[in-house]
Amino acid sequence: MRIRALDRKMLRELWRLRGQLLSIGLVVATAVMMLVTMRGTFEALFEARAAYYRDYRLGDVWSTLEQAPESLRERIARIPGVAAVETRVTTFATLDLPWLDAPGQGLFVSVPEGRRAAVDDIHIREGRYVRAGRASEVVVSENFFLSNGLQVGDTIRAVLNGIRRDMRIVGSAISPAHSYAVPPGALYPDDERYGVFWMSREVLGPNLQADDAFNEVAVRLGRGASETAVIRELDRVLDPYGGLGAYGRPDQLSYKILNDELNQNRSMGTAFPLVFLGVAAFLLNLVLSRLIATQRTEIGALKAVGYTNREIGVHFLSYSVAAVGLGTLLGALGGVWAGDAMIDLYGVYFNFPALEHRLSWTLVAIGGGISLVAAVLGGGGAVRRAASLPPAEAMRPEPPDRFTPGWVERVGVGDMLSTSGRLILRNLERRPVRAMMSSLGVAFSVAILVIGMFMFDGMELMIDLQFEVAQREDLTVAFNRDLGDEVRYDLARMPGVTRVEPFHIVPVRLHAGHRERELAITGLEPDSRLRRIVSENRRIHPIPLEGLILSAILADRLGVAQGDTLGVEALTGLRRTERIAVADVVHDLMGISAYMSMDALRRLTREGPRATGAYLLTDGARLNEVNQELKQAPGVASVASPATMQASFETQLEDSLFIAIFFIVGFASIISVAIIYNGTRIALSERGRELASLRVLGFTRKEVSTLLFGEQAVITLFAIPVGWGIGYALAYLLLTSLNSETYRIPLVVSGQTYFWTAAITLAAAVASAMLVRRRLNRMDLIAVLKTRE
Amino acid sequence: MVGSTPGRGDAGKGTGEGGGPRLGATVLEARDLSKIYDMGEVQVEALRSVDLDLYSGELTVLLGASGSGKSTLLNIVGGLDRPTSGTLHYGDWDLSEADDHELTLYRRRYVGFVFQLYNLIPSLTARENVSLVSEIARDPMRPEEALELVGLGDRLDHFPAQLSGGEQQRVAIARAVAKRPELMLCDEPTGALDVKTGKLVLAVLDQVNRETGTTTAIITHNVAIGGLGDRVIRMSSGEIAEVTVNHERSSLDEVEW
Repeated sequence: MRIRALDRKMLRELWRLRGQLLSIGLVVATAVMMLVTMRGTFEALFEARAAYYRDYRLGDVWSTLEQAPESLRERIARIPGVAAVETRVTTFATLDLPWLDAPGQGLFVSVPEGRRAAVDDIHIREGRYVRAGRASEVVVSENFFLSNGLQVGDTIRAVLNGIRRDMRIVGSAISPAHSYAVPPGALYPDDERYGVFWMSREVLGPNLQADDAFNEVAVRLGRGASETAVIRELDRVLDPYGGLGAYGRPDQLSYKILNDELNQNRSMGTAFPLVFLGVAAFLLNLVLSRLIATQRTEIGALKAVGYTNREIGVHFLSYSVAAVGLGTLLGALGGVWAGDAMIDLYGVYFNFPALEHRLSWTLVAIGGGISLVAAVLGGGGAVRRAASLPPAEAMRPEPPDRFTPGWVERVGVGDMLSTSGRLILRNLERRPVRAMMSSLGVAFSVAILVIGMFMFDGMELMIDLQFEVAQREDLTVAFNRDLGDEVRYDLARMPGVTRVEPFHIVPVRLHAGHRERELAITGLEPDSRLRRIVSENRRIHPIPLEGLILSAILADRLGVAQGDTLGVEALTGLRRTERIAVADVVHDLMGISAYMSMDALRRLTREGPRATGAYLLTDGARLNEVNQELKQAPGVASVASPATMQASFETQLEDSLFIAIFFIVGFASIISVAIIYNGTRIALSERGRELASLRVLGFTRKEVSTLLFGEQAVITLFAIPVGWGIGYALAYLLLTSLNSETYRIPLVVSGQTYFWTAAITLAAAVASAMLVRRRLNRMDLIAVLKTRE
Repeated sequence: MVGSTPGRGDAGKGTGEGGGPRLGATVLEARDLSKIYDMGEVQVEALRSVDLDLYSGELTVLLGASGSGKSTLLNIVGGLDRPTSGTLHYGDWDLSEADDHELTLYRRRYVGFVFQLYNLIPSLTARENVSLVSEIARDPMRPEEALELVGLGDRLDHFPAQLSGGEQQRVAIARAVAKRPELMLCDEPTGALDVKTGKLVLAVLDQVNRETGTTTAIITHNVAIGGLGDRVIRMSSGEIAEVTVNHERSSLDEVEW
């Protein structure tokens, strides 16, 4: 088959422009890859979660209670809408982990014998399920198992009901109901010291006063059942047995956290690719229209010899199609690779049994399609403009632009500039729209750098506020059960302890009109110094003598403001309900919290002074000693160290920072280079004659480069602050969709981020200039002057 | 004003040589053509009420200083531009009313152009530049044949950048000839060339005209070239100032500048 001359021309031109087309293609590739990877990962996670919840029968409604006889199970099963019921015994126990300084804590959950649970089943990752009649066998949550380097067959010692027991680990497992294991009173998991243990009810049951009793129930709802109705009915049934209030999935910790994280992932997976696609579309439009504009005389010649506008249009659109096609292909390939890598990363984090990444051709098509439309519009506009000129005119070189001193010169700045400076200025002023568009393109790459990096500023602030300002204790001690206030003196007497501040946690249900919410109120001492309530602007909110302090997000969800009153129903003790005023609202960054003074809380519960745990400050040198001592103390359930958590948080942050920086910097650089390189290349072909004339007149290469690159330098320098502004605005939009009850990243952009975004953009500009410089140096003066492109 | 009427044109035909198709009917007829360029603050009248006829097989030389309107006239005649007023007929085809698509068809089927700056596609070889046109023509010559005709049979696979100016212009002529056009329109074909090369190019145009009988119009500011045409139309300030009929076309050897 013979290749038509016009197609030959196309192939050669594509080859000649390969650098420019490749740089545009890479922008498309980046956008497609982002879309395929991020959105694809979200879809994979979403599917994996759905399968996980279905296959392991995550419950729909749960309730904890003091205890109830197993016979109550029948009544629960008869509640309309309930499809399956599982009762169980759960209890906390202290773990003796010889390899750790401090004691660990386990949540022990009973599993049915001889069958799998009808609700909240577990998925065995290693080893096997517990066998009927083997009371000492235990299955351990995978994170704890791995963090402590345990093996199947190892023995672990725990103090259950005051009895020290050795249990044999027969397997490790994950469970949808306990995917996020947080020690009581803590905000985040501590996998080394806190785990979930599944074992036979035979051992756990006697923890309760009656044999065959349970203290937790989980149900699954039938199709079309009302969650609200089942919760109400379950509360009614369990009330005489000390029910702590039934709750649905939205209030189940593991479900909620996972849901928040997936939603964040969805926001990121939509927002980031959209920003990239938008920028890519903008760039394609800009670069292709300029590229085709330089072909004006060829378009004229083709028209003169009889080619139709349509033939010419199709021919020049091949630039767009080639760049987008190449980009989409590279993006899809990159998406396969990055998608697998992301899934590996998330696999470790989310722990779903079946998580795999499949390349979504739909997403590839969407990404490629949007890019193609942008490219065709951009290229098409330029072709139309060139083709609409009568060929006679198109073939003539563009008439010299009418130069006039622009406003910058008119206001007198011009006098301060050299001739080169004035030339640069006039070139920019001659095409103000084009200069601004180019600048906007570079600004977008700066903006992408900003949104890629600012989050770490926010997280650093969050960590700083949490660990340096709010949590100032060395150790957080949780007791097995609420103790009398005098425990503070026991703790204070321990050698090495310099300050003790007890706290009291009471589970409550808050009522505001028709809205209600179950959570725990933390009672603190009014002059609390170890634990302080801090808002995002670092203001420390004192504990009021009366009334509640609520997280702003909680006040918002309940529809209340400072000064309003709430119905507060205690879910323990006498279960009194009292109306309590909202004394203060705090814009905090982590979790969803309610605080009161310990005295005010005691008035609600009508109990004597109680402590759920205590914050300790130690003489740094003796921290280890204190830890050892606490490990032996019978009433202590767990000891957490904020410093350890901070360290693990920071490691995590650094790891993800590295990955993010690698990608974001790479992507933003591609965009910067694409726009600056193309801008300079096109400027060179547009003004080759002018520059060659200057060389003939005796200008040095350096002086000519200054003229060419000076323009790009002004465009780039102008773009940086604009990009910061756009980045800040995008960051704001991103955060509104990202922030959740688990944490709220504050919108702060550090000087460091501003510095690096500018530095990376400038580096990309310099790299592009160097690429074009080679071409400028090779310029054949005579040829340029004789012919015309 | 002085116009060229068919009668005078007819009278001026025939050099006696070759017989051939030279003595033809009117191929193209322009009446009262005007062209005004709107330059913003000023309006430039490039053509004022020009009448022109081109006859089959004839070689016409349009002579005039820069700015006399000759290129504007040629562009309109070739369908590259539209007149502001007046009529233009190619046979029965009213080109003054034609839209962009019709003008494209007209150029594609009937007109071959040669430009002062060649306007070759730099990324295509000589042969491919000719193919570019022969591929969209109805009864084209083979590109090799067309290039042979202009004496470039041995430079088929050279890119424009590898050819001298004269060679490039001959490729442009081959490109125009290959489609066997009815009309060959040449805008300052020697304008960018030295005398020796220019003569070579003119010889090719003369030869093509004689051998194929293609109606040819050549624009030039070079008075000496006028002798080569059957008819010389002198233009000045957008009007036809004088029409001369050469009963004998000069040979190239007699032309000097």
